[in-house]
Amino acid sequence: MKRLAVNRYKCGYCGACIAVCKFNANELVETYLEIYEDKCTLCMACVKTCPMNALEVVE
Amino acid sequence: MTDYDVIVVGAGPGGSMAAKTCAEKGLDVLLIEKRQEIGVPVRCAEGVGRKEFEEFVEPDEKWIASEIENAELYSPSGHRVKLSADQAGNEVGYVLERKIFDRHLAMLAGRAGAEVLTKTSAVSMERENGSVRLGIRSMGEFQELTTKIVIGADGVESRVAKWAGIDTTLRLNEIESCVQYLMTDIDFDPTTTYFWVGRKYAPGGYIWLFPKGDNSANVGIGVMPSMADKPAKYYLDRFVRENFPDGEIVEVVIGGVPVKGAIDTAVADNVMLVGDAARHTDPITGGGIINAMKAGYKAGITASEAVEKGDYSESFLKRYDRRWMDDFGQTLIRNRKLQEKMLKLDDSTFDRLFKGIGDMPIGEMSVKRLALELFKKEPKLLWDLREFLL
Ligand SMILES: Cc1cc2nc3c(=O)[nH]c(=O)nc-3n(C[C@H](O)[C@H](O)[C@H](O)COP(=O)(O)OP(=O)(O)OC[C@H]3O[C@@H](n4cnc5c(N)ncnc54)[C@H](O)[C@@H]3O)c2cc1C
Ligand code: SF4
Ligand code: SF4
Repeated sequence: MKRLAVNRYKCGYCGACIAVCKFNANELVETYLEIYEDKCTLCMACVKTCPMNALEVVE
Repeated sequence: MTDYDVIVVGAGPGGSMAAKTCAEKGLDVLLIEKRQEIGVPVRCAEGVGRKEFEEFVEPDEKWIASEIENAELYSPSGHRVKLSADQAGNEVGYVLERKIFDRHLAMLAGRAGAEVLTKTSAVSMERENGSVRLGIRSMGEFQELTTKIVIGADGVESRVAKWAGIDTTLRLNEIESCVQYLMTDIDFDPTTTYFWVGRKYAPGGYIWLFPKGDNSANVGIGVMPSMADKPAKYYLDRFVRENFPDGEIVEVVIGGVPVKGAIDTAVADNVMLVGDAARHTDPITGGGIINAMKAGYKAGITASEAVEKGDYSESFLKRYDRRWMDDFGQTLIRNRKLQEKMLKLDDSTFDRLFKGIGDMPIGEMSVKRLALELFKKEPKLLWDLREFLL
C-alpha cells in the first residue's frame, strides 16, 4: 500500500508541511513529525512544500 | 473559576508580547512553549525595520547583530538597484539575534507576572460552559487546565486554529518554502542587505543575504511550491555554489512563511490567533516579527477587556479582528494583490525594470515602495497597478 514516508535525516522539523495539510494528517511533536496514515489522502501538498525534500510517497 | 484567565500557546514574538500585555493588565496568564529552549531552532532571517520595531522594545546590543543602512537588489542578469539611507549612519533596519531576542521577550513576559512553561505543548482543546479545557503535555506529563481565553500564537503549524475551527490552511501559492544558511568566510558589506529576484533564482520568491555582524550572514531563499519544480534547498545550493563557493555553512534554518494575505477572522469563541498562526506575515517581504508583536499586544488588550466584561464570545473578541485589520490588515490585503501581479513578471521584465531605475534614497526600508518605483518606469505595468499607486 502507498503511504507517506518522512526521511528523518532530512527533515528540519519546520512545520511547513502542517500548514498546507487540509486533512489534519500530520503534527509536529517538538522535533518529531507524525503522519496519521488514516487521515492522509496522499494529496502531495506537503511533499511539494517541504524545503528539504524530506517527504516521499512510498509503496 | 478557571485555572487561568488566559493561556498563550507558543512563545515566539507574538505569544510573548501577548503574555506580557495580559500580565501587565493584571490577568492570570500562562505562556507555554513546546520547545525546550525558547527561540531555538530559529526559523527566521531576523531582519526588522527600525522605526516600527522600536515602538515595542528598546534595542539592546545583546540581540542586535547588525545595523542596516542600505539594500541592494539584483535582477536575473545582474542589474543592480541600490537603496541607501538619506544619510550615512542613519540605520533603517536591524538584523536581530533571535535566539536571544525571543528569550528576552519571554523573560519580559515572565517579569511582568506571566507564568512560563517550556517543553510544554498544547495537545487538545475543548470548550465547556463558556470556558476552555486545554490539554497540555509538560515535560512528558499530560494535564488538563481550564482557562477563559486561549491565545493561539503557535506559529505556521498552528493547531489552536484547527481546534477552534478557523481554517487557515495554506494553498501551494500561499506559502513560501524556505531554507537559509548562516555562512561565514564570504564577502559582503555589513551594513547592507542583499536581494536576488526573478524565477532564475527563486521561482515565486527571492534569495536574501542579511549580515550578522562583520563575519557571517544569513543567506536564504523562499520559493513558492506552486511555481517551483524543485525543493527550496536545490535552488539555494545552486546559488551558493555559484556565488559563494568558498563560504562555510555553520547553521541551517528551515521554515515555511505564510503569504496568504489577511484571513477573514482570527477569532472564535474563547480564542484569538496572533502572528504566523493568523497568517499575519507580509506577502511580499515575508516579514512577520513586527506584525506578530503588534497582534500579540492587541490580543492582550482585548483579553483584558473581555475578562473585565466577563464576555469571551466570538462577537466580543471581534474587536481584536478590527484592531489588527485597521493596523496592518489593509497592508496584508494590498500586498497580497501586489504580489500576485509581481509573480506574473518574467525575468526579462525584471532586467528591464532594474536597468531603468538605478540607485535611489530610502527613508524607511520598504520593498513595497521599491516595487512601486519599479512599476512607475513601465507604463503598461503602471496601468495594471493603478489601484496601488493612488
Ligand atoms: C526562513 C525564514 C525567514 C524569515 N525572515 C524574516 C525576517 O527577516 N523578518 C521578519 O520579520 N520575519 C521573518 N520571518 C517570519 C518570522 O520568523 C515569523 O513571522 C515570526 O517568527 C512569527 O512569530 P510568531 O510569534 O507568530 O510565531 P513563531 O515565532 O513561529 O512562534 C511560534 C511558537 O509556538 C510554538 N508552538 C507551536 N505549537 C505549539 C503547541 N501546540 N504548544 C506549545 N507551543 C507551540 C513553536 O514551538 C514556536 O516557538 C521568516 C521566516 C522564515 C521561515
Ligand atoms: S516541511 Fe519538510 S522539513 Fe519541514 S517539518 Fe515537514 S517534512 Fe520536516
Ligand atoms: S499528503 Fe496531503 S493529506 Fe497527506 S500529510 Fe501531506 S498534505 Fe496531508
